[in-house]
Formats: sequence, C-alpha cells, structure tokens
Amino acid sequence: MERKIVYMDNSSATRMDEKVLEAMMPYYFDVYAVASSEFGYSLGIEAKEALDGARETIGKRVNAEAESIVFTSGSTESSNMALKGVAMALANKKGKHIIVSKIEDFPVLNSAKHLERQGFSVTYLDVGADGRVDPSVLSDSIKKDTILVSIQHANQEIGTIQDIGEIGRICHERDVIFHTDATHSFTRVPVDVQSSSVDLMTISAHTIHGPKGIGALYVRPKTIIEKWMDGGYQERDRRAGLENIPGALGFAKATELVSENENERLRKMRDHLIERIMMEVSHVTLNGNREKRVPQNANITFHYVEGESITLHMDLRGFSLSTGSACFSKSLEASHVIRGIGGDHERAHGSVRFTLGRYNSMNEVDSVVENISEVINKLREISPLMEKG
Amino acid sequence: MKFPYSEKVLEHFKNPKNVGKIDNADGKATEGSPACGDMVSVYISVDPKELTITDIKFESYGCASNIATGSIITELAKGMKLEDAKKISWQQASDALGGLPPVKAHCAVLAIEGLRSAIENYEEKHGLVKEKKPTTMEIVRSRLKKVMNPLSGLDLIRTELVKGIDVSGGIVTVKVDLPSGHQFASNIKEEIDDKIGTLWDVKEVHVEFTD
Repeated sequence: MERKIVYMDNSSATRMDEKVLEAMMPYYFDVYAVASSEFGYSLGIEAKEALDGARETIGKRVNAEAESIVFTSGSTESSNMALKGVAMALANKKGKHIIVSKIEDFPVLNSAKHLERQGFSVTYLDVGADGRVDPSVLSDSIKKDTILVSIQHANQEIGTIQDIGEIGRICHERDVIFHTDATHSFTRVPVDVQSSSVDLMTISAHTIHGPKGIGALYVRPKTIIEKWMDGGYQERDRRAGLENIPGALGFAKATELVSENENERLRKMRDHLIERIMMEVSHVTLNGNREKRVPQNANITFHYVEGESITLHMDLRGFSLSTGSACFSKSLEASHVIRGIGGDHERAHGSVRFTLGRYNSMNEVDSVVENISEVINKLREISPLMEKG
Repeated sequence: MKFPYSEKVLEHFKNPKNVGKIDNADGKATEGSPACGDMVSVYISVDPKELTITDIKFESYGCASNIATGSIITELAKGMKLEDAKKISWQQASDALGGLPPVKAHCAVLAIEGLRSAIENYEEKHGLVKEKKPTTMEIVRSRLKKVMNPLSGLDLIRTELVKGIDVSGGIVTVKVDLPSGHQFASNIKEEIDDKIGTLWDVKEVHVEFTD
C-alpha cells in the first residue's frame, strides 16, 4: 500500500539507508560463517576480518581504539552492561554508590533502580531548567564509595547536550568510572573519548539509519567491568553470544554515511521548525537548551492542549510524532524528562517531540508546522483551559 | 491502518458536536484537572417547567477518548429530562461510541461525572436539593472514586490506595498507601485537594502518605 507519511520520530527508530543494506547483504549470503580465529577456516577468518573492520570504522568516529568497541544488541544492552558490569566488578572492592541524572533514558534509569534493589545506593542528580547537569553539583555528590557516574551525552526527548568533557574530567580526578549514553548524539555531535575522559559509552545504529538490533559499548582499555551475560568468549570475552556480523557491517556503514553536511542540513531544518512554531503559534514553550542541543531535535509544549490528541490528529493527517503525555505512553506516565526540568504535568502532557532524519525535507518541515498550528487551534477551540475572545 | 479507537470515536474526535461554552448557563461543572491530563467542562440550559435539557455544550482538555465521550454525552443528553440525564452511565456512553479501549474507560467516567455535576449545580442553584448535607466519610469516599490512580487508570478506592479517611471540624484527612516520594504522589495529592476541598463545609484537606 502506497501512502505518504511524514516521519519525524527519528529518535525512536529510523528508516534504514539502502547503502546500509547493501553493506550487510554479503554477510548473510556469502560470508555467513561464525567469526573465527586465524587458525579457523577461510570463511570464518574472512568474517572475523570484516567484523574487526566495522569495529575500526566505528571506533575512529569517536577517536577510540578498535578493540575498545564491544558490539551489543543495542543501547539497552550497552547501558545495562555498563551499569551492572561496573557494579558487579567493584561492589566488594570499592563501594556501592552510583550517580545518574534524573533525566536518563530508561536503560540507565531502570538499571540504577535494579541495582538499588540489590543494595546499591543511587544519587539521582537534578538538572537545570534546560536539562543540564551542573558539574559542581556532580562534584559535590561524589563520595568515597562512588564507583560510577552515568550521565547521558544528549537527552532522548529534549535533545539537551551535557558537558561530558567537564564531567569526565571531574570523574577522572576523583577516580570514578564515567559512562555516557550517547545513543542520541553519536555521529550527530563530535565526541572524542580521549579528550573527554569517557570510560564507557553507549551507542546504537537504530538512530542513524542503520539496522535495528545492533549497538556497541565503548570500553576504555583497563576499565574494570565484569561480564554480566554468560556464554562464549566472544568480543574478547566481554560479551557472549554469536556476533551479529551483518549488523556490525551495517552499523559501520551507517556511521560512515553521517556527514557534517547532513548534520548542518538537519540543524537548518530544525531551526526553521522551531522559529516558525515559536512565531506562528501562541502559548508555546521550547523544552531543552536552545543552543546545546542535538541537530535533529525540537521539543515544544503547546499549552492548554493534550499531546495524545495532537499526535492522533497529526497521525490522521499523515505525520508521525511523539509526545511526553501520559496518555501516549505504555505506562500512562507523564514524561520524567519534562518533569525533571521543572515542568508540571500539564507541560509534559502538551509536549511534542519532532526528530528529523536523512529523509526529511524543508517542505516537510513547512508542512508539519502548518498542520500542527491548525490542529492546535482546533484543540484550543474546545479546551476549557484556553481563554477565548 | 489500525487505530485502537472505533470509527465512531474517531468521528467524534475529529468533529466533536456541541463544543463550546453557554453564556449564562443554568448549570455548569468541571471535572478532572490539567495535572491528570484530562478535564471536561459541561454547560446546560434547562427548561424550568419541564426540567429538560434544552441545550448542552462541552469543552475538553484531554485525549481522544475524553473528547469523543464529551461529544457523545451531549448528543445523548440533549432534550432529556434532568432525572433521566443523570442516569446516563459511562457504559452507555462507551457503547454509543462503539466501545473504548479499557485503559481509556476513565475518560468516559469523567464526562459522565461532568454531566451529573452540571445537573447538580442547576439543582443546587434552583433550590431543587434539600438542605445542604454536612460532609461525611461516605461523601469523601464517593468523591475519591473520581480520583484516578494513574498506575492503573482506575480510581483510588477501587485500587485500594486509600487506607483511611477522617472528617472532623471541617478538616478532612485522607491516608494514601504510597510513599510521599512516589512518582504519582504529588499528582494524586493535587487531585484529592481538588475533589474534596470544593465541598461547601471543608476548610482544610490533609493528604498523608505512608512515610
């Protein structure tokens, strides 16, 4: 069925690039063997070389040694591995205190909660009104028994970028391992794991037009982390399970395909979207920091209306958007991010996230603005909260 | 394309009927709050001789179910006698819409409550209710049935979150079985204040959590 959809939910999942699929295909049909050591058979050796090539491509993007990239099934697994792996390795050696921010995505937040139930203590750091962690507050929260700080690079909902250089410096000064979830910034914002003192970093292919089900954890050499999923000795004995070689090749290709030109194009479209909405629609609030923000993200609260009604109206008009409203979520819970930046429930209920990707155009941005202002007007007509006349 | 909503719900969502305010309405009421994400206001004009609803309008802040239910109850209630309109149940509203997803049933309840409260408001203003009754535990209990537990989409009483109610000298104390740091604690407190604080003889509302 042919239908025209304007898809602007690229932080949830992206359309895969054909070039990515092309890069993956040979590893399904020709070089399908398990990656093997140099003493294995030729097909396995070829698979191993391809896998390590992918590792190198991805590592280079963040100035990391190839061997420090551990492939996983995606962001969720990477962040679980980082938090639980460090916790298990250091609980009896150093301590049981972990620091995370309040607006982390669920893999980090719920791993922290899990560890709390296992007897760890967790500090949930407040963030400012723009979603930024204050490095001095972080510094004050580090204790003798702090083993890990996990603060995201960019937020999943409001796109705010944290100062990971400063955060990493503080962690290293105090001899604490630093993990950052870079799912929403990888390739979109330059990262250098050397200069920003990152020890562990979660990245994923699904946000950059790569395949679903493949991600990685960057592990700085000599970082103390325990393997938490038992099985074989893959990934230098850090992550068990048959390697997803086509996925890794797809991930590497997707990484290569993101250019600075593309990021600049997204930024222009995003700025145009924000400027038009702020100009043309009344009673709106931009959520997150205006400047320190990933190029693909805009998040706006439309006051006096509720997000699920907005996204359903927009869906009926062919636009895919998401909202922080309780009604939209599976948990019927209003966005913890909007609440975390000091927003009340109403601000969360009326928030809409627009995330752009490679296949969006400036025409689509104009079209989404025009349609959403119509929808907002329509919903405000019937809203008891809106003063009329 | 498959939506969780029936055709009828979508129709009323896209083009809701009887939208707006009635200036100098004979009866009006608002249920829900922006905090819980759903709110309905209902306005009625009443024929004082026949005691029938001659005109009815609604406003809605909320999800698709909320808007659709507000729309359908205005259609159902228009022209009805007050006595009969009071008896419209959320099940009837939901049936008239071809059913609502279970998780959204509370939205239908909200619109029904709005209609009933607007009728009560008319009756109070026109001396159709006997003496104002003092607030009792039972009245508090029945009001708490309108406060939703966001964890389940059902009310606080049904989900047994209320562990105690005390009414004395205009002060109502409600004990809620949640720690004060719970993600929904502030939300629930706000809702309880809203529902109980508006009773005519209540001066203060105290919400106590488990800690």
